[in-house]
Amino acid sequence: MDILNALVAFLNFVFIPGLAYGSQLALGALGVTLIYGILRFSNFAHGDTMAFGTMVTILVTWWFQSIGIGFGPLPTALLALPFGIAATAALLLLTDRAVYRFYRKQKAAPTILVIVSLGVMFVMNGIVRLIIGVEDQSFADGARFLITAGDFKTMTGLTEGLAIKTTQAVTVVTAGLTVAFLFWFLQKTRTGKSMRAFSDNEDLALLSGINPDRVVQVTWILAAAMATIAGVLYGLDKSFKPFTYFQLLLPIFAAAIVGGLGSPLGAIAGGFVIAFSEVMVTYAWKKVATYLLPDSMAPDGLLQLMSTDYKFAVSFSILILVLIFMPTGLFKGKSV
Amino acid sequence: MAEPFLIGDGMTGGYGAADILHNCTIAVEKGQIAVIVGPNGAGKSTAMKAVFGMLKLRGGRVVLDGEDITTLTPQARVHKGMGFVPQTHNIFTSMTVEENLEMGAFIREDDFADTMAQVYDLFPILKEKRHQAAGELSGGQRQQVAVGRALMTRPKVLMLDEPTAGVSPIVMDELFDRIIEIARTGISILMVEQNARQALEIADKGYVLVQGANRFTDTGKALMADPEVRRSFLGG
Ligand SMILES: Nc1ncnc2c1ncn2[C@@H]1O[C@H](COP(=O)(O)OP(=O)(O)OP(=O)(O)O)[C@@H](O)[C@H]1O
Ligand SMILES: [Mg+2]
Repeated sequence: MDILNALVAFLNFVFIPGLAYGSQLALGALGVTLIYGILRFSNFAHGDTMAFGTMVTILVTWWFQSIGIGFGPLPTALLALPFGIAATAALLLLTDRAVYRFYRKQKAAPTILVIVSLGVMFVMNGIVRLIIGVEDQSFADGARFLITAGDFKTMTGLTEGLAIKTTQAVTVVTAGLTVAFLFWFLQKTRTGKSMRAFSDNEDLALLSGINPDRVVQVTWILAAAMATIAGVLYGLDKSFKPFTYFQLLLPIFAAAIVGGLGSPLGAIAGGFVIAFSEVMVTYAWKKVATYLLPDSMAPDGLLQLMSTDYKFAVSFSILILVLIFMPTGLFKGKSV
Repeated sequence: MAEPFLIGDGMTGGYGAADILHNCTIAVEKGQIAVIVGPNGAGKSTAMKAVFGMLKLRGGRVVLDGEDITTLTPQARVHKGMGFVPQTHNIFTSMTVEENLEMGAFIREDDFADTMAQVYDLFPILKEKRHQAAGELSGGQRQQVAVGRALMTRPKVLMLDEPTAGVSPIVMDELFDRIIEIARTGISILMVEQNARQALEIADKGYVLVQGANRFTDTGKALMADPEVRRSFLGG
């Protein structure tokens, strides 16, 4: 029995990847939940918004690289991120002006807005594929590892290695800072409070003289920032492919709904619930089990509950269970 | 006679094609309390919404301090010095008591700390609970938050739709006392009340609405003394 090696294997293959993926999902879900809370519809275009923001960031990153601007051991994409956010904010504000505002004026039902967002999704989808293509793009540069498995082994003398990729560390830190900023903004600033008031009770917010147009604009800008940051972090950690971002919509919505739509804290909790479930269900536990169990009981199979090809089934199952047993989610959001 | 400080004059209109209000008039003088009573569904809330511009009128007008405000939006009326506490959904349940008051003061650019202190003086329990979510308070405390929120703009006229709905008799007396106190500071109060007897007792002017029209209009005292009003609306 070798608890230490088992723990390291668990950290290396389950905990750290789950933490990074969970942070990315949490940021994505925050954008979705923010839009749901204030504009009151499920924005299906959020995955492709992430793709758009990431694409702009990648293009600026390439440009920076071509003129020799780098960020030392950190990915250059972090320097390009503000440009990606600005472009995405502009796109979303423009979309709101051209599309959503029309339906808002008509007081369209949320189901109509969902379908409208589906249309917006296809358009964004097309824009991204036209500009950058459908292929995989890798844009991570800088140091690849914070700690390599080899370093860790020589440092600790354990047989099992623990590798922390730079992109994983960057993901967790950036997500932490972003979430801290968002919560500070919503809790402490006048504009943030007016957004919460608007989300809580729209009529009373209007009676209090809160300007709905401004609330809507700030919401789109924040959603653009969340989406772009989430997309860039995901792309750095894995790779960028437009179709993957479209697929991310499912775990992101699952996260937002599991946490409770409209609840920012819930979005974060939901992100980690979905990420860890996905990683744990698709991880082959053979290695960890071999360390923990006596030799006589060593497992023959991989001890993998589900192949990674089925990872979306995990989000779906959790989503359905939550909708049946806890329709308002873990943090009492609005019921769907 | 000069026109009242706030008057909804001959208002006719409703939510859709059918009219709910029929040539209905309600008004309040400066620093006075006017009370609207009537059976459920009489259109009391509708009349209040009409005065606050939340309803399109097909006839009639609304005048505040001599200025015709019939076409102004509710938000613009807030800027003109009107405050409104709706019958339902009148607080931000997920926000703290203090944040509710801050949102009430949203349109104010100046320092509103003194107004908040005044609200806390008026409703000491709110000061105690200021960091608690308003949705976690009791019915009576919620109504205090709702009134407090509307007071934050320092309105000249405060419109209250059933401020004592769902509160115990003791808290109700307490709330009525506070409302009289508010009126004494020079704020006009236009209020809908289910507890007709108590409300008419403190009213300078009373309106009995039935089916969207004025049935009786007089001073509070006179209505209390009117045998027909007593028989039909005050339970004998
Ligand atoms: N939002 C609305 N849309 C359509 N009709 C409405 C709406 N609100 C109220 N009504 C109708 O208007 C009429 C008057 O309602 P109102 O709420 O003004 O009555 P009320 O006198 O305030 O009653 P209560 O004492 O129960 O509060 C009722 O017939 C009601 O069905
Ligand atoms: Mg009513």
